[in-house]
Amino acid sequence: MSDQLADSAERLFAANTGKAVVRAAEDGTFPQALWDAVTEAGFTAALLPEHAGGYGATITEAMALLQIAAAHAAPIPLAETMLAGWLLAQAGLAVPKGVLTLAPVRLRDALSLRRAGDCWRLTGIASRIPWARDAAAIVVLAERPDGPAIALLHPDGVTLDHGRNLAGEPRDTITNDAILADDAVAPAPFGPAQLRAAGAAVRTVQIAGALSRALSLSVQYAQIRVQFGRPIGKFQAIQQNLAILAGQAAAAIAAADMAADALAHGLDPLLVGAAKARAGEAASIAAGLAHQAHGAIGFTQEYELHFATRRLWSWRDEFGNEAEWNGVVGRAVLTAGPDGLWPALTAA
Amino acid sequence: MQALNFTTPPPFDAGAEALRQDVREFLAVEMHDRTPHQRASSWSGNDTGFSRKMGERGWIGMAWPKRYGGHERTALERYVVLEEMLAAGAPVGHHWVADRQSGPSILRHGTEAQRQQILPRIAAGECSFCIGMSEPDSGSDLAAARTRAQRVQGGWLVRGTKVWTSGAHRADYMILFCRTGAKTDPKSGGDRHAGASQFLVDMNLARGGGMTVRPIIDMRGAHHFNEVAIEDLLLPDDALLGQEGDGWNQVTAELAFERSGPDRFLSAFTLLVETVRALGPAAPERAAVALGRLTSHILALRCLSRSVAGMLQSGEDPALQAALVKDLGNTLEQETVEVVRLLVDVEPSEEDDGPPLAAVLAHLVMTAPSFSLRGGTREIMRGIIARGLGLR
Repeated sequence: MSDQLADSAERLFAANTGKAVVRAAEDGTFPQALWDAVTEAGFTAALLPEHAGGYGATITEAMALLQIAAAHAAPIPLAETMLAGWLLAQAGLAVPKGVLTLAPVRLRDALSLRRAGDCWRLTGIASRIPWARDAAAIVVLAERPDGPAIALLHPDGVTLDHGRNLAGEPRDTITNDAILADDAVAPAPFGPAQLRAAGAAVRTVQIAGALSRALSLSVQYAQIRVQFGRPIGKFQAIQQNLAILAGQAAAAIAAADMAADALAHGLDPLLVGAAKARAGEAASIAAGLAHQAHGAIGFTQEYELHFATRRLWSWRDEFGNEAEWNGVVGRAVLTAGPDGLWPALTAA
Repeated sequence: MQALNFTTPPPFDAGAEALRQDVREFLAVEMHDRTPHQRASSWSGNDTGFSRKMGERGWIGMAWPKRYGGHERTALERYVVLEEMLAAGAPVGHHWVADRQSGPSILRHGTEAQRQQILPRIAAGECSFCIGMSEPDSGSDLAAARTRAQRVQGGWLVRGTKVWTSGAHRADYMILFCRTGAKTDPKSGGDRHAGASQFLVDMNLARGGGMTVRPIIDMRGAHHFNEVAIEDLLLPDDALLGQEGDGWNQVTAELAFERSGPDRFLSAFTLLVETVRALGPAAPERAAVALGRLTSHILALRCLSRSVAGMLQSGEDPALQAALVKDLGNTLEQETVEVVRLLVDVEPSEEDDGPPLAAVLAHLVMTAPSFSLRGGTREIMRGIIARGLGLR
């Protein structure tokens, strides 16, 4: 991504996020000013082809924006809106303005579409949908008798139960019994496995952002907190721990690169799985080390470390954790066999 | 703190992929009768014939100028050759150090005569190097080295002892790090890095003529290490490499060159391959998850390593990034051994009549501790990372 785009994104999020905004969002106030700024800057449309409202950004650039947003703990459904729009555009459906989200997100949730006259009836429960309560439309993947379909659902058609993840982000359960017009439904560009992979890919990118924040907070703190007559960052034990943390941040950067690559080239499960699993593991190690470096102050609500670490703990579990995705990767590896292993890795 | 910068690695283009196929075809022929046990030695395996064949194909000194026997290929193309060799467990040891760091050092600091004399022979796969840095009292603390070269008529007289010198018993050259000037005391404001220099030592002349090389057998019973006792070895004037007194800066650059290469995370790859072979496609879920995790780590490391190769190609100096790759890589290599042993029903053993996996596992169990020691210990790597973060 051009330095210019990165700088302007940094400035936008620095100006419109911050502790007060994130806290207010957790308390139930949707950050409209931030959302408007992000929309006006075109970030929400970054994954869209130009004919659908995008501006010619590459997937790598779009993911870089998402990573910056995550580093600022921007409490907005940017990832979801980007991805939902991307799916709609691929299915040839018009992309509405405003907050978009996707369903289902849990492995065992399934929605179905049945013919109802010349309309479609959507039924099923989809739990932990990001920002369903704030969505202008929910993009659902549902099973039709002839295969997976994508549909645009308006929130009036659903019963909503509010929830939040560990990071305080809205995760609402929707119970569906809605009638959708024919033109709101289209054959899906891909099935549930790829939807899960796409979600895993964006969460990987977000983890990289939050992890970089946890690292920089920890390094800063170690440079200013003085004990025994010197900044704690002068002690080897602290230095070694922060070096380990930096290693995990680096691994997460690689995972984010891999995730963007996967999104751009057909969502290869080996590549997505390796990315999400590695990012999840990095998140786990890093969150612990970041708190360790901060001592008690890092454990308070007042200090801002938890905005990053609670996101790490939430996002590592969403769209598949390390056990799930390492299993996918491992089965691919075992299937490739001893002679196919290296070629499979270089082709990923 | 600056954000960690790992520029996205450039994709492998059609030329690089064609090169990869060429290398695979070569390896299919040259490696077809190599046992897994042999492959497990990875880049420690020595085979002068193999190195010569690689030289003939232009796969050594790939990025060097053609006028020195190089091939002016890109760092990414070189990376393709390196990783294919390592993944196959090819015996690249004879030329490895020369290609990786000694040659680049001569290219950067050497005289025209030194470059002309030595680089084409390295690129031909016909010249091997060893590294004369560590001493009995100076390992991680390289600045504490005491071997001394004293200016005399016609050259330099060297006295001292080097240790852990891999390949000193057969290398053609050593790049020797030693004192040539006063070592100033940091307590009185001096620089403890001052007064050191590097020399190109012709080992074929030195061995038996002022230099005694004694083998140090490792706990596996293998001979890689040596103790090198230097007693009044006379080096000619033109043995000096680079500037007198600039040894510290020169050596730091040399050490940084390939901290980030695929040899820093693929040393245990043969073990992974043999484990996949032993488990088969119907292995239980816990094996799949464990193997998947190791694979996830390899893929992430490969991405970082390629990123650093790209940054080096662009003329950057990614010392922090290289240290990060080495630290993550060593840890993965060592973890591979500990994870894999619990997935298979095999007792590690290098006895001749055992299954291949047993021999590979035994080899790796007994060499893995060295992965986080060689080329810069884990603790030093983490210190370099901490410095890069702004903590020291």
